[in-house]
Amino acid sequence: MKMTGAEILCETLTRLGVRHIFGYPGGAILPVYDALGKSKLHHILVRHEQGATHMADGYARATGGIGVAMATSGPGATNMVTGIATAMLDSSPVVCITGQVSSKVLGSDAFQEVDITGITMPITKYNVVVSRAEDIARTLREVFIIAQSGRPGPVLVDFTKDAQQASAEFDWDACAPKLPVKRIRNNHKQDEFDCAVELLNTAKRPVILAGRGIMLSGAMRKFEEFVRISNIPVAMTLLGIGCFPASDPMNLGMMGMHGEAWVNTAIQEADLLIAVGMRFDDRVTGDLRTYARNARKIHIEVDRAEINKNVQVDAALVGDAGETLSRLLPHIHERVHSPWLAHIKELKGDSAVRDIQSLPDSGHLYAAHVINDLWKVTKGEAIVVTDVGQHQMWEAQYYHHDRPRSLITSGGLGTMGFALPAAIGAKFARPDAEVWAVVGDGGFQMTSCELATIVQEKINIKIAIINNGYLGMVRQWQEFFYDKRYVATPLVAPDFVSLANAFGIRGERITSRAEVVSTIESARQTEQPVLLDFRVEQEDSVYPMVAAGAALHDMIRRPNSPLVESATEP
Amino acid sequence: MQTIVAYVENKPGVLNRVASLTRRLAINIDSLTVGPTENEAIARMTLCAHTDARGAHRLEASLEKLVDVLLAENITDRSMLERDLALIKVSADQQNRPHLMELIKVFRARVVDVAPESLIVEVSGTVDKIDGLLEVLRPFGVLEMARTGRIAMTRGNDLLRPPAAADAAPVKPAPSAK
Repeated sequence: MKMTGAEILCETLTRLGVRHIFGYPGGAILPVYDALGKSKLHHILVRHEQGATHMADGYARATGGIGVAMATSGPGATNMVTGIATAMLDSSPVVCITGQVSSKVLGSDAFQEVDITGITMPITKYNVVVSRAEDIARTLREVFIIAQSGRPGPVLVDFTKDAQQASAEFDWDACAPKLPVKRIRNNHKQDEFDCAVELLNTAKRPVILAGRGIMLSGAMRKFEEFVRISNIPVAMTLLGIGCFPASDPMNLGMMGMHGEAWVNTAIQEADLLIAVGMRFDDRVTGDLRTYARNARKIHIEVDRAEINKNVQVDAALVGDAGETLSRLLPHIHERVHSPWLAHIKELKGDSAVRDIQSLPDSGHLYAAHVINDLWKVTKGEAIVVTDVGQHQMWEAQYYHHDRPRSLITSGGLGTMGFALPAAIGAKFARPDAEVWAVVGDGGFQMTSCELATIVQEKINIKIAIINNGYLGMVRQWQEFFYDKRYVATPLVAPDFVSLANAFGIRGERITSRAEVVSTIESARQTEQPVLLDFRVEQEDSVYPMVAAGAALHDMIRRPNSPLVESATEP
Repeated sequence: MQTIVAYVENKPGVLNRVASLTRRLAINIDSLTVGPTENEAIARMTLCAHTDARGAHRLEASLEKLVDVLLAENITDRSMLERDLALIKVSADQQNRPHLMELIKVFRARVVDVAPESLIVEVSGTVDKIDGLLEVLRPFGVLEMARTGRIAMTRGNDLLRPPAAADAAPVKPAPSAK
């Protein structure tokens, strides 16, 4: 059947299972928008193309499938760059579709022409220009495979306007993907596998480091089985949160720069680390020279380039996390590890069991309370999408995630402005789920224009602004390391409640701890979006903290006691 | 010095991706050669870089992650041949020409062009050999030089072949939404 390139594009996306596209139109992509109007695809008009990529990213992270973002050439495409890099660093399968000037004028500095494949080369898993209508269907089918296979990542396809306008024969069977034939590597080196089994069966102080790779592999059950048999405690990376229930006694919590002290201490004292689907980022290792010096290391990782990148390991098992764990399981002995687990329990002391809720109300509103109340009221069942900064760390510490894909956050790139659009994407992916965007007053102002998208699309997400009047995490670094010289961190914000109202969204301001639970409850009662402006303590800091480049055991502890209540008075 | 051989799709932009990758990894390329193979859809690259074994591993593994790179292998520690080819234009007059010819013969190089006041010498071999010849030619006056950069091949039964369709790595379907 003869179809235009634009029609082929929409038909191919439909056949690939796409239902939602987050985008913004413009001259070079107009033929596709015309075809979109005649298709069953739901296009969500964003307010800025960065938002489109974050939405597609949030969509992908909430489901484990692909998210699609669309923009026109030139500035439309360049506005996507931050979102693409965010998806790249966190291995998120986002497909970006951009319009491009006609192939006849490519390279002539035509209006809104930019070399977007050149620009995005280092931040995409793959990108390509399509300048012929007959190549559209095959290319899209190929990039959908590329985005999801192995270690997932974003891809970008740049369609010239003439390719969208020209007609071509559309035959699904004839346009099957023809990806380059790659070598299958025999990554399962028997000696390393045997070494791993030996280490697992003999270790006395082992710790598992669990990362997002477990979720990307869909290996949650296999992983749980692995933990049950080996009886090894689990430390989570920020992005790994949710792949193993927080309520499980074997889950120690988050590791790294703002990990709890007992988690980092256990890692430093371990004689064996089993890293599964994580990449020893500098935020989880601290100083590499002093990192887990007495531990042998096993690395289960799908991306061969991650092996020995930051940390030299004893046994590298390259491959899909689920498949590798399946191969290991029959060889692993049941272990008990009582002395080691008892020791970790001792390290924990009573700090883990003491409930911050049972502390007397000092009249101050702390972010940790807000997050912890949100966890309690939502029974831990919401999808929480966080921005970047202090609130992000408090969320990781005080909202306990039992389910995979229930925390969506920008880890690797640390992109402020991520939360609001990503929450919108997550809501489209999981319309049945309760979705909360937890965001600081700084990050919120970066992408707050997407409030209009919420209203136009009539979607029900709740927004909790943790408003401390500072760029809080940067202020904290200035407090600790720059002698409290708060340069460019005090932050003027609009009245967020009025701002929400201006968009037609209900807004509430919360200034005392007594109001937190009731306001969250009331926000949950309505099917409408609600924005809650929590005015929290201005100069509260996230503890514990490992300073950048310091040893992992060298933590700045919570003052006096492990409780936020003891933070210094502002 | 590390030597990596790669088979890549023979199409525009691939060289850019490879070069972009080395820049991103902050690895300095000493020489990079690209040429066709017996299969016109596939090109072969030899990449020599100033880095240690760990850097070479990252480069090799990252190269193989590129969609258009079919295979990348570090052959530094394998039994292999490396060849570089140079054209050297050296000034030569009636007086020193015989002496020059003698030296060229010793290096098993060839004179491929003769002009009244210069010669073009073609020499192939290891980098050391070419550097050696260059050293002895320098006093005569080297006017111009062009070098290809190294190509490398493992010896004997140690075959490095582009993967055939039958060896295609299976694509794991993504876990379905839960």
